[in-house]
Amino acid sequence: MPTATAGKEVTYLEAISQALDEEMTRDERVFLMGEDIGTYGGAFKITEGFLDKYGEWRVLDTPLAESGFVGAGIGAAMMGMRPVVEMQFADFISCAFDQITEVAGTAYYRFRSQVPLVIRAPYGGGVHGGPFHSECPEGWFFHSPGLKIVVPATAYDAKGLLKAAIRDPNPVIYFEHKFLYRRIKEVLPVEDYTVPLGVAAVRREGTDISVITYGAMVYVALEAAEQLAKEGIDLEVVDLRSLIPLDKQTVFASVRKTSKAIVLHEDNKTGGVGAEIAALLAEECFDSLDGPIVRIAAPDTPIPFSAPLEEFYIPKTSDVVAAARKLAAY
Amino acid sequence: MDLATVAKEIKPADLLQMYYYVRLTRTLEDRITALYRQGRIMGGVYTSNGMEAISVGYASALERDDVIAPYHRDMGAFLLRGITPGEVFAQYLGKKTGPTRGKDGNVHLGDLKRGIIGFVSHLADNLPVATGAALAFKLRDESRVVVTNTGDGGTSRGDFHEALNFASVRKLPVVFFCNNNQYAYSTPLRYQMAIRDVVERAKAYAMPGEIVDGNDVAAVYLAAKRAIARARAGEGPTFIEAKTMRMHGHSEHDAAKYVPRELLEEWKKKDPILKAEQILTQLGYADEAKFREVQERAKKEVEAGLAFAEQSPLPEGPETLEGVFAEERDL
Repeated sequence: MPTATAGKEVTYLEAISQALDEEMTRDERVFLMGEDIGTYGGAFKITEGFLDKYGEWRVLDTPLAESGFVGAGIGAAMMGMRPVVEMQFADFISCAFDQITEVAGTAYYRFRSQVPLVIRAPYGGGVHGGPFHSECPEGWFFHSPGLKIVVPATAYDAKGLLKAAIRDPNPVIYFEHKFLYRRIKEVLPVEDYTVPLGVAAVRREGTDISVITYGAMVYVALEAAEQLAKEGIDLEVVDLRSLIPLDKQTVFASVRKTSKAIVLHEDNKTGGVGAEIAALLAEECFDSLDGPIVRIAAPDTPIPFSAPLEEFYIPKTSDVVAAARKLAAY
Repeated sequence: MDLATVAKEIKPADLLQMYYYVRLTRTLEDRITALYRQGRIMGGVYTSNGMEAISVGYASALERDDVIAPYHRDMGAFLLRGITPGEVFAQYLGKKTGPTRGKDGNVHLGDLKRGIIGFVSHLADNLPVATGAALAFKLRDESRVVVTNTGDGGTSRGDFHEALNFASVRKLPVVFFCNNNQYAYSTPLRYQMAIRDVVERAKAYAMPGEIVDGNDVAAVYLAAKRAIARARAGEGPTFIEAKTMRMHGHSEHDAAKYVPRELLEEWKKKDPILKAEQILTQLGYADEAKFREVQERAKKEVEAGLAFAEQSPLPEGPETLEGVFAEERDL
């Protein structure tokens, strides 16, 4: 299992692994549950070596029953434990929908029971996973009260947000993007750190158009910004990092500065996170806007498998470039 | 339950206390039903009429630090865990003094300080949650047990099966009760499952199961006690099917015309209060005068509770916005 080492570059995937390891060492209430996380070390090997280090009760292989083990995570959390349950793929979170939205999301409101539960959900496309290994299901939970949602885009955030999620007294769904697992890396601090939930980051400062995005789309926005810079169009890229709590102030400040906004996400368009952000901008930043709010998102279809179809489906740099050119000329 | 076993296994004072709680549950829920008919209750009323012995029986077998994850026909267990009739009325009247401060209604009670995991209307959802609470106890090596309950209908849900399976695989200290009251809303058992006894479901999970007379508080108590002892000893979960009859509709708005009258007449003879009184009389623990005294006491407690709830304030509209998220507790 990867441990924090000074000066060494750490992948997004290793950062997640480090966060789990360090939190389990720091707090004996933290334990893991999920399918194939013990002996096998997880479908993506994030918990490789954990079984030997922490034993089968803290790295608990569960039956194939997402509703059952998420419910069990809720019960353990109510009793003061800090469970981190793993969806093998975020797609399977639909099996646990009821436990998450109806039980975990309402418990504190109903009878003041804290539910310090983290649900790790490897999500997103670009890996030829087809309709059931590529989904971005954050929109379902974004609409559901009582849940926090984080969507790290960098290795630093992957570690810091997971630690903060584990220490939070509320249910947190931690969407980790599969496409980023081994594609990005950076040197992380050796000392313990967290990234607070609900604080966005401006990844690139710009003056012309704000691109509000998260997850793997942060890189699509940054690539588009590089291309457009050559044409004299200066994009600002806001990485939300958390969807709930949503850092409205950072988003509004950016749009008030640039006067134009593109909301970009990989999830499909209708009723998605982007729709809410566009509505918020219309309500709160109308006087600052100097052009229509533009949404770039996947089409309202299941996620197709074959390479040309998937490439068509997932928003890409050229989509952002085209939309930004049009908006800049507005 | 044969008298010799009851005499040997249950102290007279304990049995009298169970009788008191069966009586208190009936008195309380009858009063709530009466208020409902007068239009004085907010929303629906779900009673455990005719089934009071089940939750009184299992809750009487628990230790103070144990936990329950009930469903909507467990009023006796709420009372035994320390929820007062006043709080129950406050909950039904949407008052601020109810355990959910008006955020949820009727029997959707919960209070972890008193070892009660609140339930949601989605039946069987509390079974995985109960399993997880039991897992926490096992992980911390605590000698605590969880008892959870659902109806016959609830056993059709996936969560029921996922919970029993997981609990059995990991030998968790949890007891699964099933209140088999013959009807899930209007659906009779024969359209709910192809098996005759719900307890057969336990076999699939290599879990010991037993059928108990759900109208006999002594029998329920002893079955629960055995199962709880097993769980506490680390021997894993038990499934208990308590056979009973729902004597009212699913909710008080439901006249339950789909239930044959003869069936209700037959079960009326097996009323849990009558049954408890027979046992107490035959064992010489109590007589008619004592029963009247208990009834009076229950009535007084219920009326005092109603007065408390009626005097309690309603929540203010903007309180809607409070308490969606818990605050940081140990950052």
